[in-house]
Amino acid sequence: MIPAKFDYHAPSTVDEALRLLSEAEDAKVLAGGQSLIPVLRLRLAAPEVIVDLGRIEELRGVREDGDALAVGAMTPHADMIADPLVREHAALVAEAAETIADPQVRHRGTFGGALVHADPAGDMPTTAVALGAEFLIAGTRGTRTVAAEDFFEDLFTTAVGEDELLTQVRIPKHTGWGSHYEKFVRVAQQWSIVAVAAALRIDGDSIAEARVALTNMGSTPVRATAVEQRLIGIAPVADAVREAVVDVAEGTHPPSDLNGDADYRRHLATVLTGRAVLAAAAG
Amino acid sequence: MTQINVTVDGISYSDEVEPRTLLVHYLREWLGKTGTVVGCDTSNCGACTVHLDGRSVKSCTMLAVQADGHQVTTIEGLAENGQLHPMQQAFHETHALQCGFCTPGMIMQAIDLLKDNPDPSDDEVRLGLEGNLCRCTGYQNIVKAVQTAAKAGGAT
Repeated sequence: MIPAKFDYHAPSTVDEALRLLSEAEDAKVLAGGQSLIPVLRLRLAAPEVIVDLGRIEELRGVREDGDALAVGAMTPHADMIADPLVREHAALVAEAAETIADPQVRHRGTFGGALVHADPAGDMPTTAVALGAEFLIAGTRGTRTVAAEDFFEDLFTTAVGEDELLTQVRIPKHTGWGSHYEKFVRVAQQWSIVAVAAALRIDGDSIAEARVALTNMGSTPVRATAVEQRLIGIAPVADAVREAVVDVAEGTHPPSDLNGDADYRRHLATVLTGRAVLAAAAG
Repeated sequence: MTQINVTVDGISYSDEVEPRTLLVHYLREWLGKTGTVVGCDTSNCGACTVHLDGRSVKSCTMLAVQADGHQVTTIEGLAENGQLHPMQQAFHETHALQCGFCTPGMIMQAIDLLKDNPDPSDDEVRLGLEGNLCRCTGYQNIVKAVQTAAKAGGAT
């Protein structure tokens, strides 16, 4: 099918995009389109206005900004994967981005688009939560900053209002940390049934700091802070890690669907967290 | 209607399109480039893969208006002076197709894959083509074709 009719705007600045959004009654923002265009084609959405951010150069690219990386919301996944700054200071994001869909989708799909889409089975939101990213949200009244734990509100729902735009994500540098994204899928291109993001700072023979977050274990990414605390001070060896992560699924509310019921997902989360932490320690 | 200027297979086109026109429909129905096919409605199968400014994209998951000012290469733009592109030649020689429907997308994605990895292993070819589905289950010979083209060189 082809999408229903819409009015199309391709502004070249953020200000112009914000003005268009504030004037439109029923507008949708088009980033890379790798989720939105299939939704339009299936007519699951039929907005009257599309505001395409593809012509706004200022929204692309990665740069260093003090102790953080400043990532433009329209930076494609393929650019994130290839970016030396991301590899050095936020390797977790690059590793997880490599598991998104397929190469063609990664050429078009964007970091910011995946975050604002906020699919509970999406991979980018979990990495942003794990690394404690901050989100810069622009509106006609100015720009505000929202912390990762406040950004993801519910299924496909974020703190970005209908007349606002996510413009930049600030990812605190995790230079020298080991990281791993352990994603469980059954077939190619599949969304995560469950996935676990882990990043560790190793000091000597033991874990000095840990970040662990879970994908598709609830309506938003779950940061496993209790497990992070329990990992501190232990040696990254199999028995100790498995013991530290055993309760990782406690208090989570994962979905039940054809890929597995909630208990199955809780079991998976425990096994995958152990694997993710051990792999992060090794790399 | 929106005015777009697109270069497709080396020729510049200027057309008025409805914004909801998908790039693949523009290529097929406006320009007659039916070598690029539509296989699915869900962005899964990769049969519609073309290159946008030299990188692979699914042309069913892009609007024609998004290609305004850009360069598109389709399967029809690969051969030069009557000579098949080395990747096309390799698919021909290793019998890497049965019904042939997935072939245009497979070839376009295989060329993109060799740009990043000029000498891929079996597993790397399979991973690099994960966005392209063949329902004749011809994957074995497709992998062979990509590696044959890689060894022959000049396939990017």
